[in-house]
Amino acid sequence: MIEFTAIHKRFGRLQALDNVNLHFREGKSIALIGPNGSGKTTLIKCLLGMVMPDKGSILFRGSDILRDWAYRSDIGYMPQIGRYPDNMTIAQVLAMMKDIRGTLNGSFDEELIGAFGLDRMLDKRMRTLSGGTRQKVSASLAFLFHPSVLVLDEPTAGLDPVASGILKDKIAAETAKGKLVLITSHILSELDDLVGEVVYLQDGKVCFHKSLGQLQKDTGEQKLVRAIAAFMENSMVV
Amino acid sequence: MKKIIKYVVLDILRNRILVSYTVLLLAISVTLLSLEDSSAKALLSLLNIVLIVLPLVSVIFSTIYYYNSAEFVELLVCQPLKRNRILLSIYTGLACSLLIAFGLGVGLPLLIFDHSVTALLLVLVGAALTVIFSALAILGSVLMRDKARGIGVAILAWFYFSLLYDGLVLFLLFQLSDYPLEKPAIVLGSLNPIDLGRIILLLRMDSSAMMGYTGAVFKSFFGSGGGMLLGFGILLVWMVAPLWMAVRRFNHKDL
Repeated sequence: MIEFTAIHKRFGRLQALDNVNLHFREGKSIALIGPNGSGKTTLIKCLLGMVMPDKGSILFRGSDILRDWAYRSDIGYMPQIGRYPDNMTIAQVLAMMKDIRGTLNGSFDEELIGAFGLDRMLDKRMRTLSGGTRQKVSASLAFLFHPSVLVLDEPTAGLDPVASGILKDKIAAETAKGKLVLITSHILSELDDLVGEVVYLQDGKVCFHKSLGQLQKDTGEQKLVRAIAAFMENSMVV
Repeated sequence: MKKIIKYVVLDILRNRILVSYTVLLLAISVTLLSLEDSSAKALLSLLNIVLIVLPLVSVIFSTIYYYNSAEFVELLVCQPLKRNRILLSIYTGLACSLLIAFGLGVGLPLLIFDHSVTALLLVLVGAALTVIFSALAILGSVLMRDKARGIGVAILAWFYFSLLYDGLVLFLLFQLSDYPLEKPAIVLGSLNPIDLGRIILLLRMDSSAMMGYTGAVFKSFFGSGGGMLLGFGILLVWMVAPLWMAVRRFNHKDL
């Protein structure tokens, strides 16, 4: 469904992405992991057209996204740090996004707004919100339009355990519906029960792209955290 | 696209700075128009306000607004919207709000107190300058990632067009005063939107006699209907060109 071919991106002296080739299929839940600064967010931003790759192409449902924009109506994106116009209220932001994006099938998925309790603070201005509440708004916006691809950048960072649990349940439910879910995170243990495939990035290169089962078999570890740790140790020895 | 423009305009019209700008312009125009006994003198004073204050406010306000709406742009870019539409909508919203402020502050009093062709021309030139300088501001802020640098560039642009450029032209004319410079002076005059606006209006106000022989050449060139049209044509280029460059850069920008 999404295909990255030979993506290169350089920021000044830093090679953020170095020949990235990946293929994500429909109905999978994929974890994009790697140390800080390994290019996870840059890769996601390339997919969303926020960052232009220097070389390479990205195909979404078989068509190149470079000059396209309509494909984004099928993606829900939750940024790592959600930034919103300061003097708008939560209700205004939600209404504006609904107004601009419209709806595909006549309904909005407002489950998270209720679950997070955002409906009780709709007239708070974005400027006054805490980091966690902002994340809740970002998450609600990502799921609002029933997208068939969800791109979540560090979804549980900054959320309290209750909210994080709600979000995880929601992600699991959407995965079960056959949606492609792409999650980046460095808190590995949180992802264990959510993901089916793992992509490991380091210094802008893809180290591996395996299914969870394959990874467990290769490393002989059951827990994702330990499997990754085992992989990192092995790669350091090599 | 209309929806984004609507949000931008609603956001700006609530802005206190813009409201006080409108009130200030209104106060100045009403005072000048009702105090001066001859309307020509009032128009001349108003012209100076329009040529200095309008570009300054447009360029600074637009630059700061663009940087402050960085979050809004970021939010829109990952939505199913065309990038050039996003930038053009923000620009249109910005220019419309500034035009509304100018229309209420200067256009309305002129319409009430003085309804000559010259007054209409003054409103047209003012509107053109507003649009041009907010386009320049958008270009500067798209090119510069850093806010402080962007505002610096905006102030420099205003300084260059309203003061520095005239100094350079005068210097050139004095240095080369042995040569016939009337035609180059026309070209130099039209390379600066503020000067162009000033020339168009001064010729209408018959103050061109004060400009000597060059004034006469200006008069024969810009005073005619064709020349006036050419003048507004060049102003139009000044509106479109910076915007076009900004859109081209914005389409490839990493956010």
